[in-house]
Amino acid sequence: MSGTRPTRLAQELGLMTCLWRREMLRLARERMRWTGAVIQPLLFWFIIGSGMADSFSVPGAEGVDSLTYFFPGILVMVVLFTSLFTTISVVDDRKEGWLQGVLVAPGSRLSLVAGKVAGVVTLTLLQCTVFVALAPLAGFALSGVSWLSLIGVVTLACIGLTAACFVMAWLLDSVQAYHAIMSVLLIPLWFLSGALFPPPENWIRSFMVVNPLTYAVDGVRGALSPDALGVAGVLGTEAGPVVEALVVLTVFAVLALLAAARAVRRPGSSPE
Amino acid sequence: MSEPARLELRGLSFAYGSRPVLQGLDLEVRRGEVFGLLGPNGSGKSTALGVLSGLLPRQGGEVRWDGRPLPESSPQWRASLGVVFQSPAVDPKLSARQNLDLAGRLHGLDSAERERRTERGLDQSGLRSRADDLVGEFSGGMKRRLDLARALLHDPTLLLMDEPTSGLDEAAFREAWERLDEMRAGTDLTILVATHRPDEAARCHRLAVVSDGRVATVKTPEELRDAVGHDVLVLKGADPEGLRAQLAEALRLESLVDGDELLVSAERGHEWIPRIVEALPDGRLESVSLRRPTLADAFFQVVGRRLDEEPEAAPRKRRGLFGRRKSS
Repeated sequence: MSGTRPTRLAQELGLMTCLWRREMLRLARERMRWTGAVIQPLLFWFIIGSGMADSFSVPGAEGVDSLTYFFPGILVMVVLFTSLFTTISVVDDRKEGWLQGVLVAPGSRLSLVAGKVAGVVTLTLLQCTVFVALAPLAGFALSGVSWLSLIGVVTLACIGLTAACFVMAWLLDSVQAYHAIMSVLLIPLWFLSGALFPPPENWIRSFMVVNPLTYAVDGVRGALSPDALGVAGVLGTEAGPVVEALVVLTVFAVLALLAAARAVRRPGSSPE
Repeated sequence: MSEPARLELRGLSFAYGSRPVLQGLDLEVRRGEVFGLLGPNGSGKSTALGVLSGLLPRQGGEVRWDGRPLPESSPQWRASLGVVFQSPAVDPKLSARQNLDLAGRLHGLDSAERERRTERGLDQSGLRSRADDLVGEFSGGMKRRLDLARALLHDPTLLLMDEPTSGLDEAAFREAWERLDEMRAGTDLTILVATHRPDEAARCHRLAVVSDGRVATVKTPEELRDAVGHDVLVLKGADPEGLRAQLAEALRLESLVDGDELLVSAERGHEWIPRIVEALPDGRLESVSLRRPTLADAFFQVVGRRLDEEPEAAPRKRRGLFGRRKSS
């Protein structure tokens, strides 16, 4: 080779920044992605919130109107949709050949996962920033927002969801199959996240307790409102919904990343 | 030649489940050589490249580089590889310049080096005037040239190419290879190309004829064509098998039925044409033409199967040396 040979570190960072930068470049090219990722949840929020305004009542959150109550859940929907729709490109990348070019690069496959996740997290944070700017319309004062908690919850939820979606996209060989699992499994997860209703005292609660999105919604609600709109975290610990969310989502993110690392490892070897 | 092999494959084996694809593939590729794996779809040549590039596990056999055993898919090995796939590994939603920049990042090049090599790649691929256009708007040939520049951006020492010109028309094919020749000029880049195109195989210094996951023979394209010998007469008629029998009886010429054609290899082929026409007077012969042997003919001679045969098709029984005249 001519010139200086890049170090291993440079190769690993290079692979990660390649995937991260690609997400940024594609976002800049595909302006409709902004529209879809922000406008759609906004419409959901406005329609569901307005439609249920007269009949809305949540124990513990009396006096909280529906638009306010639904806002944190819709923010988590932005996270979920961004993770889902950005990661689906893995299926196309493999079909169209781009991913093969990445797989024969010197960087490890862990860097591949890290780069993809970093790109999606950045996109998600950008899109959430746009959405959070609308929080005053839902009755949340921006001065009352616990920004560190909000960023922490959103980032951890996004890492976990993106890594989980990555595993799904890696193992599936068609976009149709991805859409099917998305519709059957992942979208219902959002409905069972406390975004629309708090955990009821029946069988549904069990699903909500093991659903990581429940903690994401609780955490966002706690970060946006000091009293979490009067709704306790699903576990009901004294630590409160934000701490519960940070702990559970950290575990979720680590497990999902481990699953992604396992899925992408080179045949017959460790993921390096 | 006494020069040591740059790349050696010894007994490379690979199976998809219970279906063996590589069955002890042996190769020696010299430094700076353009070496071709010539075989039909399903012969195992793409799998061999997949194993070499680390996309597939090495289930058996040994790979050596400059005489030293290579561990399976090490980062150092991958850093020295350029790979051109059957589908161009470029992002159609980004520009040519952005694609090359990303390829530089993938190999850990710093900003200044990336910029320098991106500009070089744009010049080498002849895409400077389209540098900032979306690749999705490019023709197939332009995508291939960009893909080649991408694969060579980090100055690899070994370039693996898997059917690099599939889907290209003649003009785009020629331009892609001319660009490759320009890019490798003055370097000691070694190229291993898997192909089923005779015209692509003719561009190689040496060829391994691959069939059923094994190397049948290694020769230069000229040697392979010369081994066919003589000219090739192509006879067309409604009943090729009947023509074959008639030809053997009347002129003692051995021939092979290849689809709806009858192929005859003969010295001074032009002199045989009037004799064949006279020997087959009953109108069963529709046409007879003469051509030089191609690498497809050579493949047929060595393996006894057509180069464009689909992998599902049962192997055609080999009928001995192609087109040898029984006796005069």
